[in-house]
Amino acid sequence: MHIQLSHPPRTVDIKGPKRAKDLLRELNLVVEAHLVIRGDELVTEDEMLYDQDHIEIRPVISGG
Amino acid sequence: MNCTKCKMKAAIKLPRHHAAFCKSCFTHFTHDQVVKAVKSQQMFRKEDRILVAVSGGKDSLALWDILLKLGYRSDALYVNLGIAGYSHRSLDKVRSYADKTAAGYGATLHIHTVEQEEGAGIRELSMLVHRPTCSTCGTIKRYQFNRAAIEKQYDVMATGHNLDDEAARLLGNVLHWQEEYLEKQGPTLPASLDGFAKKVKPLYRLTERELAAYAILHGIDYIVDECPMAQGARTLLYKEVLNRLETESPGTKQNFYWGFLEKQKVKPSVRSTMAERDQACLHPCSTCGQPTTADVCSYCKLMAKAKTHSMS
Ligand SMILES: [Zn+2]
Ligand SMILES: [Zn+2]
Repeated sequence: MHIQLSHPPRTVDIKGPKRAKDLLRELNLVVEAHLVIRGDELVTEDEMLYDQDHIEIRPVISGG
Repeated sequence: MNCTKCKMKAAIKLPRHHAAFCKSCFTHFTHDQVVKAVKSQQMFRKEDRILVAVSGGKDSLALWDILLKLGYRSDALYVNLGIAGYSHRSLDKVRSYADKTAAGYGATLHIHTVEQEEGAGIRELSMLVHRPTCSTCGTIKRYQFNRAAIEKQYDVMATGHNLDDEAARLLGNVLHWQEEYLEKQGPTLPASLDGFAKKVKPLYRLTERELAAYAILHGIDYIVDECPMAQGARTLLYKEVLNRLETESPGTKQNFYWGFLEKQKVKPSVRSTMAERDQACLHPCSTCGQPTTADVCSYCKLMAKAKTHSMS
């Protein structure tokens, strides 16, 4: 699946299917600091993500 | 995972509340947290006019959105600091929200451009006065918001500080035992005398994650990147540490900050002496007339320094 990340902006490809929380763990990202968006909907960490899904992992921390 | 309230499919899980919510129940939850904050900290009443400090980030736009939907009379102020690229993009987000949503509630967006007034952008100003940019930026924003709130006769000024901001700041103050700052940290800062607007933080019961989720679920387009000047700021480190603790042990952030507020309530004398002390040592700045403890306020000092340097 195609995953879009920020800080710095980049995309990575990871093999599915996979639960959102396992995806975060694999990318070494803390749940409390990120949200997982599939297409244009927000999904919970137990959601199963598939190869054809378009995923954005959005950091929630902002500075300044 | 299903919504704890209505059993529909959940959009977000909230471990600190042992809950998961669908969009509609989550909206209800966030609004409810803001109502609780406003009431319990005596922030403002229905008839008050509120000026929201907006930056184009998720927190301030979500705050404006929530206040409008709750029926509060709230306008917004954007201070354009002229940070190359960033200011332009953030102003676009604010404008787009103002036109698409806020205008429908009869709310107004005020824009104040620092460059027009002082003849320099934040990067130039900061280089001229040799101060870390975040503190320069903080000084300018605080000054501009306060002055606008007073001049435009708003009853109260609201900022988008969330639970993470407040917990990170508290952690920083505790780690360095900055007791003077500890006294001044709270969701409501009263107007201590003429010339200082009352300041409130209606989002202190909501986390960054919840506010980002709110913005996403409500189609609020906000600026996701941090300010390029803020990178490496100490606050970000404190936030990361708190988020790791929160993930391992949900509720840590709220226990930490709300616990602090509870303790503060037990010692109200501290806050009243603070107001008295402010009354005693504040007087109008000899240059601009805004209240300050010195002869010339920190904003005017900053601008004076910037001007001397740019002439030499
Ligand atoms: Zn529901
Ligand atoms: Zn001044």
